[in-house]
Amino acid sequence: MDFNGSDTLPGPRTEDHLPHTAQAAVKIVIVGGFGVGKTTMVGSVSEIRPLTTEETMTQAGIGVDDNYGSDSKTATTVAMDFGRISITEKLVLYLFGTPGQERFWFLWNGLFEGALGAVVLVDTRRLEVSFDVMGRLEEGGVPFVVAVNTFPDAPRYPVEELRTALDLGPEIPIIECDVRRRASSKDVLMTLMRFLHSIAMSRALT
Amino acid sequence: MTPPRRTRRRPQPLPAPPAPQPAQPYELPQPPSPEAAETTEAAAGRGPGSIPERLYSVTGSGEGGRAELDLVTLIMARCAPPVSATPEQAAVLRLCQAPLSVAELSAYLRLPFSTMTVLLTELITAELVQAHAPVVRQALPDRSLLEAVMHGLQRL
Ligand SMILES: Nc1nc2c(ncn2[C@@H]2O[C@H](COP(=O)(O)OP(=O)(O)O)[C@@H](O)[C@H]2O)c(=O)[nH]1
Ligand SMILES: [Mg+2]
Repeated sequence: MDFNGSDTLPGPRTEDHLPHTAQAAVKIVIVGGFGVGKTTMVGSVSEIRPLTTEETMTQAGIGVDDNYGSDSKTATTVAMDFGRISITEKLVLYLFGTPGQERFWFLWNGLFEGALGAVVLVDTRRLEVSFDVMGRLEEGGVPFVVAVNTFPDAPRYPVEELRTALDLGPEIPIIECDVRRRASSKDVLMTLMRFLHSIAMSRALT
Repeated sequence: MTPPRRTRRRPQPLPAPPAPQPAQPYELPQPPSPEAAETTEAAAGRGPGSIPERLYSVTGSGEGGRAELDLVTLIMARCAPPVSATPEQAAVLRLCQAPLSVAELSAYLRLPFSTMTVLLTELITAELVQAHAPVVRQALPDRSLLEAVMHGLQRL
């Protein structure tokens, strides 16, 4: 197949092309408040330079508007960073760093419904910004782990104190991380995968 | 110092998503009949020696008939851009000579996700691109899939 003019277009570098055998993708969502380290985590494990997808919504869509249906709606753009990890020649994993406010989630079709699971990134200086996200994941039946990004000036709590404060069951992993390091981000993702695997094992038995 | 406290919530049906935003400047394609969608899907798996695999078909959903395209639906061009292709369509066809997710297309072309899905729906309907549905979370998860992902991550 021969296409012309492809060098003038934005697109993946040659080494970033997926093989033609790639035929299925899965996704994992990284959620958390602004500045908690979502983009950093995506970037530290992604095989491609992190990309950004945008969606436009009207003010009516974010629930602050009284004149829904009128012509005076203003458009707001919401952005989401993502990265990619090739798993096999057929399977690709995508990681999405998603704004913590649930009112944005419906903008992207099936973002959470289809995800294998989620990582809730928390900053102990602002623990409460992640409360709503966790509640929404619980309501949607989306399995998640909690990753505590250890900022130097943030209060440090023992894991069990955090578990009590976050009202998380004993089965839900809580892990400390520094997502600037690839090994640490990988550890967080492996923790999520092992948790998903344990859920699969226990459901297979019932 | 004690952390702030929250109370866990129970699983419940998700509220209905808000109505899709009209995506400019593309016109929404006409919702095809279910028979048309079936024919497309059947034809896709019928080539000589081809393994039948689940491909996306355009399902008319009443509200605009947009294909249920996910952020990680993989798109691949079936042919070079025809002369009749719009510049946007040609750009998509050039980008997906190798498989590319809807999210990546949206990022490279700087188009909002909903606009991207409208553009792709046109291309799927015209049989200019192939779309591979993502693997989504199941009530009974596929352990071999999870194990494959774990092995892939381990190699990082
Ligand atoms: N100390 C420390 N800083 C981090 C860590 N992760 C991210 N940061 C910094 O926090 C800032 C915000 O991170 P970013 O990934 O943009 O947050 P986002 O808004 O959630 O995407 C950046 O300056 C990062 O360098 C971490 O694990 N430890
Ligand atoms: Mg960010």
